[in-house]
Amino acid sequence: MAAVKQRDWWERVTIAVPYLWLLVFFLLPFAIILKISLADPVIAQPPFTPTFDEQGSLSITADNFLFLLTDKLYAVTYLKSIVMATAATILCLALGFPMAFGIARSAPSTRGVLLLLIILPFWISFLLRVYAWMGLLNNYGVINNMLIWLGVIDQPVRLLYTDFAIFIGLTYSYLPFMVLPLYATLERMDIDLIEAAQDLGASRTEAFWDVTWPLARAGVIAGCLLVFIPAMGEYVVPYLLGGPESLLIGRVLFDEFFVNRDWPLASAVTIMLLLLLVAPIVFMQRNQAREIDAQQ
Amino acid sequence: MSEKQKDFIRIRGVSKLFGDFVAVDNVNLDIGRGELFSILGGSGCGKSTLLRIMAGFETPTAGTIEIDGVDITHLPPYERPVNMMFQSYAIFPHMTVEDNIAYGLRKDRVARPEVTARVDDVINLVKLGEFRKRKPEQLSGGQRQRVALARALIKRPKVLLLDEPLAALDKKLREHTQFELMAIQDQLGVTFIVVTHDQEEAMTLSSRIAVMEKGCFLQVGEPKEIYEYPTSRFVADFIGTINMFEGTVTQLGDETIIVNSAEAGTNLHALGDHAVEVGQHVCIAVRPEKIFISRDEPENADDIKVRGVVDDLGYFGNLSLYRVRLSSGKVIQVSSQNRQRSAKRFVEWEDEIWVSWRPRSAVVLRD
Repeated sequence: MAAVKQRDWWERVTIAVPYLWLLVFFLLPFAIILKISLADPVIAQPPFTPTFDEQGSLSITADNFLFLLTDKLYAVTYLKSIVMATAATILCLALGFPMAFGIARSAPSTRGVLLLLIILPFWISFLLRVYAWMGLLNNYGVINNMLIWLGVIDQPVRLLYTDFAIFIGLTYSYLPFMVLPLYATLERMDIDLIEAAQDLGASRTEAFWDVTWPLARAGVIAGCLLVFIPAMGEYVVPYLLGGPESLLIGRVLFDEFFVNRDWPLASAVTIMLLLLLVAPIVFMQRNQAREIDAQQ
Repeated sequence: MSEKQKDFIRIRGVSKLFGDFVAVDNVNLDIGRGELFSILGGSGCGKSTLLRIMAGFETPTAGTIEIDGVDITHLPPYERPVNMMFQSYAIFPHMTVEDNIAYGLRKDRVARPEVTARVDDVINLVKLGEFRKRKPEQLSGGQRQRVALARALIKRPKVLLLDEPLAALDKKLREHTQFELMAIQDQLGVTFIVVTHDQEEAMTLSSRIAVMEKGCFLQVGEPKEIYEYPTSRFVADFIGTINMFEGTVTQLGDETIIVNSAEAGTNLHALGDHAVEVGQHVCIAVRPEKIFISRDEPENADDIKVRGVVDDLGYFGNLSLYRVRLSSGKVIQVSSQNRQRSAKRFVEWEDEIWVSWRPRSAVVLRD
């Protein structure tokens, strides 16, 4: 009896630790951000009004959120971030799927090397890698010089500080996050299944859509979320590669916080971003739950 | 059915090389319509490669394959009148039993009512009625095997290829399924080609067997022919158990040859018209069940008789196995049916006994 009780107690502790972690480092900061987003900015230390005034009565405002909804700049920025992140996710998927498939089907001896090559960029600072892209994309960079040398163009094309540069940067940065989960699902897939489909009358393309794609769905969803979510809030890539006019939500957030010192508005921007991201996360959660259900 | 077509499948000079490795080496074979043909061999003998060539997953380096008079050598898998049952069964895990089975018809754009009717038919044939809405992970190994079979049969292929169809089942279920497979084959009249490493499976299932080794067919024939008249040491040894005595031909008669064998410690007679010469090195092979054991010297003068000591014996209920050490030191296997009910053994360990066999029971194998 005592032993069972002790095990119960241990189980509770092991479950409690991660929850406590999430509470302290996620929920609590979130509550603070929420609180700030409902305050007014003031030039003071801290730069926002307290939630309870001197009389002790609640003093909150929805002004920040209303401002986000009325000023067109924010709507446009959110929309542009979504478009950019979506485009980068689609390109990552289009590039990452064949890569993951190729790695999963390669000989076991070369598979390790290929996976290492995917992970290798993580060993170099993210910032440095984005700087390297500046070198590649600028007017006298490798790409322009190459195109001039080939005679395709005679004047350098502006590549750096454009939306195109952001798009390339995002795709480059998050490609490994697409390849790895896809590889994990494709590697487990039985090659016989594709042959069985072909044997039963499916062409290569049909076999792909009937068998490979549905069986890789879990990996596709995981990969897309791993790319889309961070790409949505990305700050470094648009800051370094994008032009002054290419405003993405990460950049706006940074500017509100550090340049305008409008903490309440910056917090409201964050909360809004979170709400936008919750939708795909919930979708994934439900999808996973359904998959687990189906397996039982 | 009309007269059986003997060369329904014509395999001519088929070879397959992987780099330097010769997986299939210039194979020729005719398989008749409605046959249940087995390709038997150890792992890496090329049997699976040959099956994959027939299915269209490998292109042969040389040679042609015709089915019912049509050259299919270069057709893609999805255009061949052939279906395959995979060793892993390869059932689509994201589809129900029903959808798995209907897949082939849907790919052929068969009208919906006909799909339903034909799915019903095969589901009844393989007795999966109550499982049709289930997902594959909710099925047992035997049920999955049936799904794989039903899925491969639904397109009414001219030829069904079965890659180790019973290997994943446990022994009892395997025996049961064997007979079911034969019954289904008989009922549908589809030509079955089974690849297997299990000689017992091949023996019971097949109308004919091809024994394969190093990419070549060593012998093709009916199970009985292969068992009783093996033409090579490999086949004799691979199918069942056999005792082999090395020796040299000393005399050639009209009907018999005499072989001097140090291993047997005596001259061995064998019947038959064998293309051998005096002085040639041969091997006399005798199956364990063709050898008799007795305490006293056997009376029949024609029989080959050798003295030996019982080294080991095993009781298997229906039969007993003996390992007998001959005076030359060679150990042979003898088996005998336990015809009489008796708690007492008629020979014991270390008993001195005689072993004997009829000359016609021995097979002469050349090198």
